[in-house]
Amino acid sequence: MKLNVGGLLVHFPYDYIYPEQFSYMLELKRALDARGHCLLEMPSGTGKTVSLLALILAYMKAHPAHALEELRKLLNFYKDSVGEELNFVGLALSSRKNLCLHPDVSRERDGKVVDARCHALVAPHVRERHARDPENVPVCDFYEQFERLGRDLRLPPGSYVLDDLKKFAQGYGVCPYFFARTAIAQANIVIYSYHYVLDPKIAELVSKDLPKNAVVVFDEAHNIDNICIDSMSVKITRKLLDRCQSSITVLESEIARLKEADSMQLKNEYDRLVQGLREAQTRRENDAVLSNPVLPDHVLQEAVPGSIRKGEHFVAFIKRLVEYLKIRLRVQHVVQETSAGFLSDIASKVCIDRKPLRFCSERLSSLIRTLEISHTADFSPLTLISHFATLVSTYTKGFTIIIEPSDDKAPTVFNPVMHFRCLDSSIAIRPVFERFDSVVITSGTLSPLDMYPRILDFHPVIMASFTMTLARQCILPMIVGKGNDQVALTSKFEAREDTAVIRNYGTLLSETVAVVPDGVVCFFTSYLYMENVVAAWYDQGVIDQIQKHKLLFIETQDAAETSLALLNYIKACENGRGAVLLSVARGKVSEGVDFDHHLGRAVLMFGIPYVYTQSKILRARLDYLRDTFQIRENDFLTFDAMRHAAQCVGRAMRGKTDYGIMIFADKRFGRIDKKGKLPKWIQEHIRDSMCNLSTEEAIQISKKWLRQMAQPFTREDQLGISLLTYEQLQTEEMQEKIQKKVVQG
Amino acid sequence: MSRSAENILVQVANVKHKKNDGTLYLMSERLAWMMKSKSDAFNIVHKYGDIKTQKISPEGKSKIQLQIVLHDGSSTSFHFVNPEGHGTQVAERNNVKEMLVQLLPRFKRKVNKELEEKNRMLSENPGLLQLYKDLVITQIITTEEFWAQHAQKAVAGAKAHVGQGVGVSGSFLGDIKPQADGANGLKYNLTPDIIQSIFKTYPAVKKKHMENVPMKITEQEFWTKFFQSHYFHRDRVHGHGLKDIFTDCAKEDDKSIKEQLKRGVNDTVANISAFSDNTIDENYGASEAVVKNAANIVHQSIIKRFNQHSIMVMRAAESPLPPAANATSTTSGGANKPTAVNIHPPANGSSKSAAQSVPVVDPAVAGKRLREKLDYEDLEAPAPKKTSALNLAKVERYLNGPTPAQPSEFLTQEQIAHSRQVILSMVHDWESANCTQILSQAQAVGALVDLSPGGSLMQSGRRNDLADQCPQSVQIELRQLYTSLCELARHFWACFPPTTPQLQDKAAKMYETLKKFQQVKLRPFENELARNYTSISGQLTSHINQMLESAFRKYASWKQKKIPGPKR
Repeated sequence: MKLNVGGLLVHFPYDYIYPEQFSYMLELKRALDARGHCLLEMPSGTGKTVSLLALILAYMKAHPAHALEELRKLLNFYKDSVGEELNFVGLALSSRKNLCLHPDVSRERDGKVVDARCHALVAPHVRERHARDPENVPVCDFYEQFERLGRDLRLPPGSYVLDDLKKFAQGYGVCPYFFARTAIAQANIVIYSYHYVLDPKIAELVSKDLPKNAVVVFDEAHNIDNICIDSMSVKITRKLLDRCQSSITVLESEIARLKEADSMQLKNEYDRLVQGLREAQTRRENDAVLSNPVLPDHVLQEAVPGSIRKGEHFVAFIKRLVEYLKIRLRVQHVVQETSAGFLSDIASKVCIDRKPLRFCSERLSSLIRTLEISHTADFSPLTLISHFATLVSTYTKGFTIIIEPSDDKAPTVFNPVMHFRCLDSSIAIRPVFERFDSVVITSGTLSPLDMYPRILDFHPVIMASFTMTLARQCILPMIVGKGNDQVALTSKFEAREDTAVIRNYGTLLSETVAVVPDGVVCFFTSYLYMENVVAAWYDQGVIDQIQKHKLLFIETQDAAETSLALLNYIKACENGRGAVLLSVARGKVSEGVDFDHHLGRAVLMFGIPYVYTQSKILRARLDYLRDTFQIRENDFLTFDAMRHAAQCVGRAMRGKTDYGIMIFADKRFGRIDKKGKLPKWIQEHIRDSMCNLSTEEAIQISKKWLRQMAQPFTREDQLGISLLTYEQLQTEEMQEKIQKKVVQG
Repeated sequence: MSRSAENILVQVANVKHKKNDGTLYLMSERLAWMMKSKSDAFNIVHKYGDIKTQKISPEGKSKIQLQIVLHDGSSTSFHFVNPEGHGTQVAERNNVKEMLVQLLPRFKRKVNKELEEKNRMLSENPGLLQLYKDLVITQIITTEEFWAQHAQKAVAGAKAHVGQGVGVSGSFLGDIKPQADGANGLKYNLTPDIIQSIFKTYPAVKKKHMENVPMKITEQEFWTKFFQSHYFHRDRVHGHGLKDIFTDCAKEDDKSIKEQLKRGVNDTVANISAFSDNTIDENYGASEAVVKNAANIVHQSIIKRFNQHSIMVMRAAESPLPPAANATSTTSGGANKPTAVNIHPPANGSSKSAAQSVPVVDPAVAGKRLREKLDYEDLEAPAPKKTSALNLAKVERYLNGPTPAQPSEFLTQEQIAHSRQVILSMVHDWESANCTQILSQAQAVGALVDLSPGGSLMQSGRRNDLADQCPQSVQIELRQLYTSLCELARHFWACFPPTTPQLQDKAAKMYETLKKFQQVKLRPFENELARNYTSISGQLTSHINQMLESAFRKYASWKQKKIPGPKR
């Protein structure tokens, strides 16, 4: 269907449209017109991504300026309806692990190993040596082919998911990974993981060439602040430093060797560094492992300081640094200090200045290249230390250093760890906001909307939350606050071990399981809590009760084990037996698996998934947020807990034909400060009468509701309310109605 | 003696049959009786498979007798007449009886299974049953012929389509409720169902059962041990040095799960480790290290066991094992009475269950699944109404039917307008023309009456005449005749051209069969028709007769050709 979205012709690949999809596109267009950033929340399963792509594609066409399956559909639609083949290229980018074609290397499962082995085959000096001695030095044929013709290869218009890309590249015998990286320049739409744009170590390589007017969309962005922090944080352990030591020894001997064999090479490097020249771009392109963190531009123009220009000097320098870190790790109690404190301490103790520290990572990568070392994996600890040095000397604000002598969980074991933590999620994302005109942040659960601009420190031109228009109430959120015996249900710390609470949770689950068909998913606040509860349930016989109705599967910390359990869970739901999955909020399942339709007819949230508040690191972040952004500790914690709860619960809903029960089993959910932080589309269905139900009441309501949901539900029921034809969309009254539904943040 | 090498299990002298003295033998496969006077051959031989049941004389009776009832209804009685007296006679009889009790079930199953299978097939397939009734019971063809030739498809179908097995309830272990028996013991009630569930779900236990029962320990001891074991009590961690026959069951389970883990999960929807496209190295990032606290190893092992249990239940439903054999109905065990049992090392063959493969999802299927997840059904245009395609064997026949289609020409606007004009003028003209030759009213009505249904002119042309006239029962019978005949005729025609001697034989046989069919089935039917429904008798069976005749003609002509054949 062809739509008129605020004067822009949008081809929408379906014959019908949800009202909220239309308003979503409208808001998105406004943001793009204003060349500003925006924050949009729309319920999961209302076709967010397809609306997004439809509009952006139309926008790109009008202004010559995971999810690729939807894009393909869209492109096909354009082809069918417009009659012209749009010259659009969509491309998905992934790591070597997913793209490698090399017969041996691709068999590795560990991404790091793949990277390292790949590097050992394609590094420039390896290829030079291969040219000299083709017998003994192996290279990757696919990369060689890429070097020969890959750069000029054009992608025909279309949409390429990873498999398509591999197939295409295989046809030419070129390496898909490197090809994809160069093909970004040709692509109109690129889809990749957040890290490729947020992580300074990679972003510089991959996303550098994106034009300023590119639109950056963070889809499913409810966790974006954590990803920002992740990309800038480093952890240093004793083991790591020990491995550094051995790497340094290797470096020393390599330098000595090269000095005897070919001192010219070292001399050349020295000269280059004196002139302050950075390595040629082409040289660096295939050294993803070694590129350095983002540095302020003026630093890059400067020459590398004299004290670390010579190879031996630099090795001595880094040796001193490692020794210093070792001393720092020898602590008896927790130490917390700022970057500035760390810098002054290191200057006074081992006479290391800030400036050479800043060049540390650049200098190291240059040295490793000069020495023609191909086993870069062996140097990853050293690289990490150099990154740390660069980061700590570059950013004085927004970071903290915490040295813990032992783990919280095992206080008697001496296992010192130095955390270098980014506290400010805006640091990593700031370059993105500054560089690109429009950044779109969107997800099913972004409430409360005003939090994200604060913690990411940006000013959106549009902030909007869309609710789900429904022809029937297909979600049933309930807050169960008490058991049948009036014991308050809660996961708060004091009541964790209370058998009465655990028993009541068990009753709630076993009764839910008896009335709900197919799949039921439960989320606990942590692994530890889940383990305790399951053990208690076993003793209390709750497990037997549950097993009478459904099979029981439990998420564990082992990803492979969980995958197997999940596979069988899906099977059990599909063959009609029905199953229960116990899993953990913030776990892998809660973040990646959709429990649509029969896979999740009910979701139970046992307790509020607060983050572990005793951690020093979290405290440091909370303090920072309070001091810098004036966000109260409690506000942030609740915000974080509620977004995870919403994330868990939202897993069960996908689309308007789906239906599911959402049970929030904690008394505290009923409070306005918690309830108010749930996404609008859940919140509006929680009636006041449902804010403190007992188990029995909840079961009664569910029973009645399930019977309603089981009635046939046809398109005719939806049409005109939650589903619109083109004609209906055009009517003025509908336009007004749509406008009213949008909640501006 | 036919097979002297046969084991004689029991031999009882002084057994009378029909007042003749003799000896009763129970051998490994049959029961036999030999008269005393002539000792070179058995007078009576019954295979165990033929024996339906055995009966014994009541307790207080003076004659100690044993009666063998066969499947075909006949029976044989043996009279135990040991001169040592009543007590010995009873003992001997009971000895034989016990032996038979043990022997009979073994053979019974083998025989009956086939019968049962056929029976079931017939009852599930009414068409086949009818065919069976028509052809076999009337002895047109023999049973073997029927099963070998005519029911092939049904047999093959039955083999290919194994009915959906009943799955295992997830809670079967929970259903075994221990009851305190008052004397500081626990009593577990096991039903055959539960035992079967256990065997199905835990093949390792079944293996143990087969290895140990009844050679080393009794059924009851086995289950007592099972309930005592760490295997059953899932909250206990199984130690290494424990003398428990189920310890290695648990290990084997672990092994099979581990194997599945190693193979990994191919389904993109479920493979958690493939979700994140994470490029962050270890030691970067803020994520906490995976917390492994040793304190809760018990809890973790419970969780592992629950997952294993559910996975195995799912697997049991997928691959239906043959139903476990003789399960004792109830066994109870005092949980606190340890029993000394010789534990032999288990056979080290790897269990087959471990080799079962996880269904591999190929990428195309996975992609399809992903697409399914992404598509919004309700946003799509409604699917067009399904029309069934016209499947034509010969298209030209359809196009050039009895009346060849007229080549149609397209008319231009003017032509149409012109022809309209012509018609208009013709109508106009017709009105003005004088119609002298029209029928009178009475004649017209008469003609109409003649032409309406029931009129004199309409009698022969009625199509549904026959269907109206013959009653439902005759129709059904006719339909059955058709099915049987078609089946036979199909086989007959399948023989042509009879290129091989087998086919020639078969053709001849089928010819005979058809003849027989005509004699046995068709003639009586026709006679019946002739008697009761004279009006329709000839028409009803004419087509059947045609079918038969054409078959006979074919056979005759072939025969004629064939006879001179060998001369050349």
